[in-house]
Amino acid sequence: MAMLQTNALAEDLVHHQTDNAVAVSGVSKNYGDVEALKNLSLDFPRGQLTSLLGPSGCGKTTLLKIIAGLLEPTDGEILVNGSPVTGPGEDRAFVFQDFALLPWASVLRNVAFGLELRGVARSEREDIAIKYIKEVGLDGFEKSFPHELSGGMRQRVGLARALSVDSDVLLMDEPFSAVDEQTRRKFQEDLLALVANENKTFIFVTHSIEEAVYVSDQIAILLPRPSRVADIIRPTGLREKDTASIRRDPEYLDIVDEIWASLKSYVE
Amino acid sequence: MFSRSLTLKLVSAFVVFGAWEIAGRIPVSYAFPTFIESMKALYAMVVDGSLFEAYAETLKPLVIGVLISAVLGIIIGLWIGLSAWFDWLFSPIFIVMQAAPLAALIPLLVMIYGIGLTSKVFVVCIMAMPVIVLNTSSAVRNTPTSFIEMSKSFLASRWEVLFKVIIPAASPVIFSGLRLGVSAGFIGAILSELKITPTGVGDIITFSRSIADYASMYAAIFSIIVLAVVFLNLLEMLERVLFEGNVRGYASD
Repeated sequence: MAMLQTNALAEDLVHHQTDNAVAVSGVSKNYGDVEALKNLSLDFPRGQLTSLLGPSGCGKTTLLKIIAGLLEPTDGEILVNGSPVTGPGEDRAFVFQDFALLPWASVLRNVAFGLELRGVARSEREDIAIKYIKEVGLDGFEKSFPHELSGGMRQRVGLARALSVDSDVLLMDEPFSAVDEQTRRKFQEDLLALVANENKTFIFVTHSIEEAVYVSDQIAILLPRPSRVADIIRPTGLREKDTASIRRDPEYLDIVDEIWASLKSYVE
Repeated sequence: MFSRSLTLKLVSAFVVFGAWEIAGRIPVSYAFPTFIESMKALYAMVVDGSLFEAYAETLKPLVIGVLISAVLGIIIGLWIGLSAWFDWLFSPIFIVMQAAPLAALIPLLVMIYGIGLTSKVFVVCIMAMPVIVLNTSSAVRNTPTSFIEMSKSFLASRWEVLFKVIIPAASPVIFSGLRLGVSAGFIGAILSELKITPTGVGDIITFSRSIADYASMYAAIFSIIVLAVVFLNLLEMLERVLFEGNVRGYASD
């Protein structure tokens, strides 16, 4: 009987947690006297893209790095797939704002680097890397070095590296802010396809309202000093629409306006 | 690209040797032989084997000293770059070593270590090591934070961060430190042979000067410069092989 009860409890627990791939509860982060994050709680539904949006200095990158396990919170807890975060883990992969590609390594080695650090054998990891290089559209550039690529192509390498380790959660820190406007639009469309096709949870930091509304299932608006979640917006209606017409959609424009109205007073 | 840089090297060699030849023919000084005379003297020393005997002697402190400086210098430099405490402990030693007037320290070294190989190796090390240590440590300190974060987020161990990220990222500056260190080591080796006991190439220089055979003296000096250049080029090739993507050529290429 006791056994049955434990099983039922465990099942209940598993069922409850499958809703959220990542759960942040009561997280605070202090740098000396400065409170960067204060008692922040936020859930990230599985298989969806959640944007962290806010003015600069609102702690969105800090929150992302805490979820990644790169920074330790002063207080609070992060659960990824139900287990608490104590450091970087196999269940999360990071895409960096400045790409963080190793300049001495070829595209192939850069993409395979995550697998290399996980001890995957060379031939196996290179096969996987080649597959993802193709998937991000860099076919034929395997032997190139990062300095021979454009900014957009470099970020595709960074994306392929994060995809190739096949983590449940993809953490993206303003991934498109260092690429030009046209490349960024292409990236945003590709990202929507990626969210639809890969069964992964995306956490996406951005300072662009349009970008957040265009790509997100859920937008968390963070306000600064100390950082807190001011609002959560779910542009669900947009997700069923054709990617090409989202930007002309009245709902899209309304949400963009609404977010701008709430952020305006915090922008210097 | 290669042929262009080769052409430039040949042109610059021609200009320098041409100027040398002209200066020798004027002559600017009785003690300054022409380029051709010096090359003849060099040829003579190669043929009778005295040059090789001399290098067998000179290369001993040079190679030992440069190897010690490179291995120890890089290890200490890495350590200083990684640990603030080690930086506090060791950096001042190398900064003082770099600034110290070596020629004035040689008598002290001779008093402690005698006139043998040990003293000469010390002189080479004092010349070569500080720049290797200081370059390595500053390169390590300047590793881009995002590289470290990237490797940590992909689960690198501490050793993997060091060997797969920090050292390759620091390698261009480490290698430029090695190049400067090796050049300084050559200076140290010759200096020790001039100041401690005249052996090897230092002996050829001292002896030829004492009998006013200036052509041989300049031939010996020329040979050591050639050797240094060959050595530096080998170092550059090693860097190319080890860290291909780091070598980007020049903006004008």
